[in-house]
Amino acid sequence: MQSNADTQPSEKPTALPIRIQSLTKKYGKFYALDSVDLDIKSGEFLTLLGPSGSGKTTLLMAIAGFNRPDAGSIRFGDDEMILTPPHKRNVGMVFQSYALFPHMTVAENVAFPLKLRGVSAEESAERVDEALTTVQLASLGARGIEELSGGQRQRVALARAFVFRPRILLMDEPLSALDKKLREQMQIELKHLHEQLGVTTVYVTHDQREALTMSDRIAVINHGKLAQVDTPHAIYNRPANAFVADFIGESTMLPLTRNGSGQLSFAGNLISHDPVSAGDYSLVIRPERLSVIRETVSDPQQTLVFSGTIREFVFQGDTAFALASISDRHDVSFRFATDSASSENSLRPGDPVSLGLNRSDVIIIPRGEVQ
Amino acid sequence: MNSTTDSDMGSGLLNETLLRRQEKREQRALLSLALPSLLAVIAIIVIPVGWLFYLSFIGDNGQLSLEHYQKMIEYKSYLRTFTTTFQVSLLTTLLCILIGYPLAYFLAILPARVAGFFMLAVLLPFWTSLLVRTYAWLVLLQKNGILNDFGMAAGLWDEPLKLVHNLTGTLIGMAHIMLPFLVLPLYGSMRKIERDMMHAAANLGASPIQAFWKVYFPLSLSGMVAGSLIVFVLCLGFYVTPAVLGGGRVVMVATQITAILENQYNWGAASALGVVLLVATLIILFVASKVLKLDAALFGKH
Repeated sequence: MQSNADTQPSEKPTALPIRIQSLTKKYGKFYALDSVDLDIKSGEFLTLLGPSGSGKTTLLMAIAGFNRPDAGSIRFGDDEMILTPPHKRNVGMVFQSYALFPHMTVAENVAFPLKLRGVSAEESAERVDEALTTVQLASLGARGIEELSGGQRQRVALARAFVFRPRILLMDEPLSALDKKLREQMQIELKHLHEQLGVTTVYVTHDQREALTMSDRIAVINHGKLAQVDTPHAIYNRPANAFVADFIGESTMLPLTRNGSGQLSFAGNLISHDPVSAGDYSLVIRPERLSVIRETVSDPQQTLVFSGTIREFVFQGDTAFALASISDRHDVSFRFATDSASSENSLRPGDPVSLGLNRSDVIIIPRGEVQ
Repeated sequence: MNSTTDSDMGSGLLNETLLRRQEKREQRALLSLALPSLLAVIAIIVIPVGWLFYLSFIGDNGQLSLEHYQKMIEYKSYLRTFTTTFQVSLLTTLLCILIGYPLAYFLAILPARVAGFFMLAVLLPFWTSLLVRTYAWLVLLQKNGILNDFGMAAGLWDEPLKLVHNLTGTLIGMAHIMLPFLVLPLYGSMRKIERDMMHAAANLGASPIQAFWKVYFPLSLSGMVAGSLIVFVLCLGFYVTPAVLGGGRVVMVATQITAILENQYNWGAASALGVVLLVATLIILFVASKVLKLDAALFGKH
């Protein structure tokens, strides 16, 4: 059933790129996927990030073959997969529920895909051992699934997904059932495992921090469409639109006015010197990029200054969070690291404040709906 | 109830005695809830069964004796009755599995609401009188019944088929009556199988047929075993349907007991039959529980 390449021992699987073109999936009149185009590079860790109902799971299920799209193409390498049934796609998958077989032991679960591929008992035992060692469960092969903790189940599910050396690995919110501490530990482990295996990995999550931590690239998805596909750094620092700016991290969006020569300004402050094409624009400010200024700014060319009044101030331990009104209608939020001596710790509602924003931190996006 | 903490002087720890007394009172209250049913079980089951047990050891002359049991060994007709009983029960159970498994599977893959509607179709006959259903089958299956009339009119067969007053009729009627007892627990265990299980099997390389036999079927087994045992045990004591649809040709233990009571008025012999059936059933259940790990199947442990 399988090619020899899959069954030869100690051979690193070669990763495959995934090319998705015009993929559309409708449920009645609702577009779960609306003509999605996405190229996933060979060996890449790509995260599909979006709110619930955005279509991220639908997209993953389409790659795995569990739903039938209405139109479009999914290629693994050069092979068209759109009509291939799931059991012939040869992709590993970690399910949100883990979907471990309760009537089999840990080792039997992991051996399941090998057995189906006609791997000899001897080699199968060896590879199951190897896979369980990789996920640090070497001694638990004989255990029943019910005897395992959540974290251990997660690792078994993982071992089962890569033991047959698939060239593509899919993960559907695999860490969502774990507590915070274990989740953060597993994020690092999964990243290491990905580096070790080198397989193309598509990871679904609604947790932006998880996506930022683990991914080579993030595809932000909303209403069945890709809102932006880029590196975590670029997604955070250069969001392409209001949805991404709002969904990833905290942000304040201020409407900008465009003058006759195409320059943008806010409340008299010139924001961009370079002219932009006609349209409505917003300024996006990340709370941690604003700083409280006490003296006059040394280089006004480098720093934009907003003056306003403190409306709220909240001490949160490592950081403090404050809200300041900088015009009649607009508030900005800002955040700064606390220290025991700083006078900023004692800001009170009503205090005047000057906030500086480095010009390199200026993010301008076309104005649009957040949702 | 008016005692204050100060009055609780008897023990070293604050309010210890009062708290323990309160716990005991609650336990007694709970026990009293179970009391009526406990008494009912004793009155309705333990005493009569014990009485039967006793009667079976009383000979025709009123003395303690094993003569009823000896007769059961001596006369071939008793052995035949037991063979028929277990044979009919086993066949009915198999028939129920054959019809019930696909039916339960069909119900389990439907959306819950639609499944509820079809489940009604399974349960509706369940709520009609057993006697009515049995005679309904008689009407359908008899020599000049609807089925034979239809079959011959359509030219499917020339002579009326013997569908009733024999084993065939008994099995048809019993399987129909027993079906819900199999389908309900089976459906329950199938509903519990997550869809991800089948996805995972497919994802790991199992064709739909492999996925069914290696994952779905083993996971539905607990419900099937539970349902089958219920059907089998209920069949062992079945009276009405074999009596009506068997037409005297299918003599099961219950039928025999009635015959003995009606013809000979021999309580001892009838009781002995009942005792043997009860003991045989318990042995079967015991063996089955050892072989099939029944606690898991019947009490829903995994």
